[in-house]
Amino acid sequence: MHKVATSRVDWSALREDFPILQERVNGHPLIYFDSAATSQKPRAVLDVVRNYYEHENANVHRGLHALSARATEHYEKSRQRVADFIGAASADEIVFTRGTTESINLVAQAWGGKFLRAGDVILLTEMEHHSNLVPWQLLAGRIGARLRFVPVRDDGTLELEKLSSLLTAEVKIFAFTHVSNSLGTINPVAELCQKARSVGAMTLVDAAQSIGHMPLNVQELGCDFLAFSGHKMCAPTGVGVLYGGLDVLDSVPPWHGGGEMITSVTLEKSTFKKPPHRFEAGTPNIAGAIGLAAAIDYLEGIGRAEIFKHDVDLASYALQGMADVTGLHVLGPSRDRGGVISFVMGAAHPHDLTTFADQYGLALRGGHHCNQPLMRRFGVPGTSRASFYLYSTREEIDRMVDILDKAVRFFK
Amino acid sequence: MNLELGDLEELYQDVILDHSRRPRNFGELSDAAVRVHGDNPACGDEIHLAVKFDGNRGLEEIKFTGHGCAISQASASLMTTKLKGKSRDEVEEMLGAFHDLVTSENNDAPKKLGDLRAMRGVRKFPQRVKCAMLPWRAVEQALRQTEGEATVSTEEPEFA
Repeated sequence: MHKVATSRVDWSALREDFPILQERVNGHPLIYFDSAATSQKPRAVLDVVRNYYEHENANVHRGLHALSARATEHYEKSRQRVADFIGAASADEIVFTRGTTESINLVAQAWGGKFLRAGDVILLTEMEHHSNLVPWQLLAGRIGARLRFVPVRDDGTLELEKLSSLLTAEVKIFAFTHVSNSLGTINPVAELCQKARSVGAMTLVDAAQSIGHMPLNVQELGCDFLAFSGHKMCAPTGVGVLYGGLDVLDSVPPWHGGGEMITSVTLEKSTFKKPPHRFEAGTPNIAGAIGLAAAIDYLEGIGRAEIFKHDVDLASYALQGMADVTGLHVLGPSRDRGGVISFVMGAAHPHDLTTFADQYGLALRGGHHCNQPLMRRFGVPGTSRASFYLYSTREEIDRMVDILDKAVRFFK
Repeated sequence: MNLELGDLEELYQDVILDHSRRPRNFGELSDAAVRVHGDNPACGDEIHLAVKFDGNRGLEEIKFTGHGCAISQASASLMTTKLKGKSRDEVEEMLGAFHDLVTSENNDAPKKLGDLRAMRGVRKFPQRVKCAMLPWRAVEQALRQTEGEATVSTEEPEFA
């Protein structure tokens, strides 16, 4: 019999690290179950950002004065911190972006624009967030490439047996999500990357939902590109990362032009820096990058394996409680899933339920979750979604189930 | 009863829940002159409105199909009940009065709105105004044309 080890983390004490959890909403203590949209921020991150603006604020890589040197050093140390966090071989493999969306657009437009030709195939899955679908649609429309999709089974997992017929030599890139933001499905990334490589296709992993929730190492995953956002992993909004191997990034032409990314400029033409600076035109989100490094310190202080166990424990606890709510149907796999639960209720439309729950201080997400094709796949206009993180508790889940029961009686 | 429950119960009054569960004028209108598809892309609500005009371009018949939240469906049901048989001027007047009802700060709820006054709780939930207005946007479009089909959206026209 498998024994569950007691966690060494004091999860309820950790809530004290998040000032916003003291908020009351509509007269009730806040239950924040929308962490898949954005996570809350610990004081450690807020303090580092504030300290940066109070003591270091200057532009990076250009001032010869003391503050600029401080800011540059802190910014570049943050890049190294990110590289270590995801197991990249070098800090030069880390491009700071605005977030997952911008990271994917960079690959689609700059890499895809150079290497893809009419007739080439871009392989995606039916469960992609719009951010890993629309950039490829734009590219495909521009150059005449074709999109192909790995279907999703009724249980919310990928139909992997179809992969061999979909992953043909015409496929130039396979871009897919690590963890589904709607269904909580955890995809077998290493296996998918290995299969893509065997036909010579590049891979891009959308790690937006996994990066702050589980151990992740790009060498072990074997991906060519990895994209994620800071704000879903306790860091500020407006900062994200594109990882790419040195050789891969070096093959990609500049995307946005401007300051910071050039070596010399004449009126007629310019030469460009090597990666990662080639892809960081203009003043970057310095405070955001520094805040991201602080968030990494915070998460590693707890341990990503511990956080993952906590997520999985909360999800299975919630699934048990929700099973007793009349007319409630959960989408997605019953096991091997992260802390994201999408559901529909016979009695209440997702938007009515969101409004209802909000009156009790419970923040759920209602709607299509930037997954319109996936919603169509499951024949629903939208779902309600509860998503957990390290500061979520079983007591909050008990209160959610109680509120869902109330909603059944209210709307029946 | 606490204040929050008060807001919820004002939003979801019995008449609204009743109309959302058993919408009136729900169904096809085979000899419709105009059909308007109302779409709220942010949440997937859809209202397909079909109208037939009388000799003076008043609303002789009005029916709808579609799906969505309780607010959008009840709004369509209450609206069609109210507008059937109304002249153009009356429909336009009602449209303005209803928009004020769900958006204005004051507590006015003109008697002429009848059962539609039950929708006044929406004004405390600004995110839900689009749900309540969706069928009205559709009827507004229907009045602009004499025949054919059209689509309206709660969002701005898109670049495609």
